[in-house]
Amino acid sequence: MGSINLRNVSKVFGEAKVIPSINLQINEGEFVVFVGPSGCGKSTLLRLIAGLEDVSDGEIVIDGQNATELPPAKRGLAMVFQSYALYPHMSVRSNIAFPLKMAGMDKGEIDRKVSDAARVLNLTDYLERKPRQLSGGQRQRVAIGRAIVRQPKAFLFDEPLSNLDAALRVNMRLEISELHQQLKTTMIYVTHDQVEAMTMADKIVVLNRGNIEQVGSPLELYCKPANLFVAGFIGSPRMNLIEGKFAEAKGAKTVGIRPEHIGLSRDSGLWEGTVTIAEHLGSDTFMHIQVQGVGTVTARASGEFWVRHGDRVYLTPDETKLYRFNEKGLAL
Amino acid sequence: MAVRFLSASVLYLSEYILGAAKMATIHTRSVARLMMAPSVILLFAWMIVPLGMTIYFSLLRYNLLMPGTEEFTGLLNYEFFLTDPAFFDALKNTLLLVGGVLAISVIGGILMALLLDQPMFGQGIVRILVIAPFFIMPTVAALVWKNMFMNPVNGLFAWLFRLFGAQPLDWLAVAPLTSVVIIVAWQWLPFATLILLTALQSLDEEQKEAAEMDGAGPISKFIYITLPHMARAITVVVLIETIFLLSVFAEILVTTNGGPGTQSTNITYLVYTQALLQFDVGGASAGGIVAVVLANIVAIFLIRMIGKNLEA
Ligand SMILES: Nc1ncnc2c1ncn2[C@@H]1O[C@H](COP(=O)(O)OP(=O)(O)OP(=O)(O)O)[C@@H](O)[C@H]1O
Ligand SMILES: [Mg+2]
Repeated sequence: MGSINLRNVSKVFGEAKVIPSINLQINEGEFVVFVGPSGCGKSTLLRLIAGLEDVSDGEIVIDGQNATELPPAKRGLAMVFQSYALYPHMSVRSNIAFPLKMAGMDKGEIDRKVSDAARVLNLTDYLERKPRQLSGGQRQRVAIGRAIVRQPKAFLFDEPLSNLDAALRVNMRLEISELHQQLKTTMIYVTHDQVEAMTMADKIVVLNRGNIEQVGSPLELYCKPANLFVAGFIGSPRMNLIEGKFAEAKGAKTVGIRPEHIGLSRDSGLWEGTVTIAEHLGSDTFMHIQVQGVGTVTARASGEFWVRHGDRVYLTPDETKLYRFNEKGLAL
Repeated sequence: MAVRFLSASVLYLSEYILGAAKMATIHTRSVARLMMAPSVILLFAWMIVPLGMTIYFSLLRYNLLMPGTEEFTGLLNYEFFLTDPAFFDALKNTLLLVGGVLAISVIGGILMALLLDQPMFGQGIVRILVIAPFFIMPTVAALVWKNMFMNPVNGLFAWLFRLFGAQPLDWLAVAPLTSVVIIVAWQWLPFATLILLTALQSLDEEQKEAAEMDGAGPISKFIYITLPHMARAITVVVLIETIFLLSVFAEILVTTNGGPGTQSTNITYLVYTQALLQFDVGGASAGGIVAVVLANIVAIFLIRMIGKNLEA
């Protein structure tokens, strides 16, 4: 239960072709993350799957059954919204119970399922409160609770953590991952946060202007980006993309090298450069280095590397970790 | 007269509404009190002077036809006013009028708001048109209804009745109170619609979508999501309308003159007949005070019942 198949799905808003045509297979039990820059159509795609928007063309197949024309409630999917979309006048208990009540389930059964969900999500003490009396993380959990009680075929999350502070985000990220391990239900998760994508996903779908740029596991995308867009998008800090003589010498239009694959030294190396900015994080040091004939290169040193603005350093890219791209931006 | 005996309940309500918009801290609250003090004191004086005079007059035997014979009579005026059989009719009519108009304007207002919230052609103009009756003076509105709609010979309703072969109704004679209710409701429907429409439009889109995903159909969505969301706006409509509906006067004067008999006389109109048709200032003042008490009873009753909706 929980495979979703998009066949030539497209979406047009008036004049704007937001999603030209997408084919995507999501397998049962997978944790799929949609990433991409703002406005690339992630939410739109998710809403198409949910049934909150009608497709302009193409088919959505859920568990082998054509669901293109089905209303949202009939698709058996549950969605967690960015704003949580809790019902403000209902208690936490009624919020979680709402989908069951709508399904006409009997009272005892509802109570049992609600308390089960509350236990899983650590909400037992808050069941009688109203959403406004909860913290952001608790609200988020209620929204998730409302989704899990229905035992849906798949969960849809639209940037669920973007309203939370950094520490809580890390926590909730783990909780959602754990929940996925526990429930083994298909999850589709929209985010523009790299770390969320890399840490949570079984499969990442990189979107750009409504097109799928690449689909693959986090490490596949990291190690074998199919094109310049994915290369630039996955990985933090961004991959250095170098054009000109250096690239030509390698037989490519553009050569990519990740900041972590550049060797640093104070006295010798392939490139000589001047540090413009050094960011000391303790665990890592990120440097922006101006290199003659190459441009600005970002490099990462593990641990502390004592340089300051204006210092001279030598860089040596790891030849085995170079990415080469042709004129069209495709990987060679 | 209307302004006088309602100012008490207005003050009561405004105090309540201000209190409900809870200030964040004790400090800001006391500053807010200080800032509001001048206007509250002014309002209070504005109310207390006429109220005091009315109470004073209500204790006098004071008839304009017998000038110079004023004397203190104690509670005699009250006794006459309260034992007048017209008083009970008027009390009943007042409550029926308020209740009827409230029911029509709130239920109708919700329906109209739902309708106007749908995307349609010429939405802006339609909305302005719907609001229009609110700008028409009560006397004019009542005259239009009396002569153009409810007139048994020339009225639109009479024409409609004849169209279906029925005997035209002389609305104002046969169902005077109902007619007044219809006229007043027509005037207040736009107000309710406007407030409820704003409330409806402030309903979060994602909440509706969440309900949809949770399997709520249009009716469940209305009952469980939309209606609770509008509860506060409905409360505001009920409270504000009640204040004004307790003092409906022009519509009655212009259409039925309170008749036939006392069938469409409300308390306001009864006070008027006492003061200006019987020239009994003392009796009218007693009536005014009774009306103030009544207005406050209604206000307290309403706030007990629905006031909690105003709390955030
Ligand atoms: N109802 C709509 N009508 C017209 N255009 C729309 C509508 N909804 C979205 N769009 C357009 O579709 C494009 C994709 O929007 P979408 O919300 O899917 O982006 P997103 O990838 O979720 O971005 P973000 O990361 O900022 O949430 C945008 O250019 C947006 O302007
Ligand atoms: Mg989005």
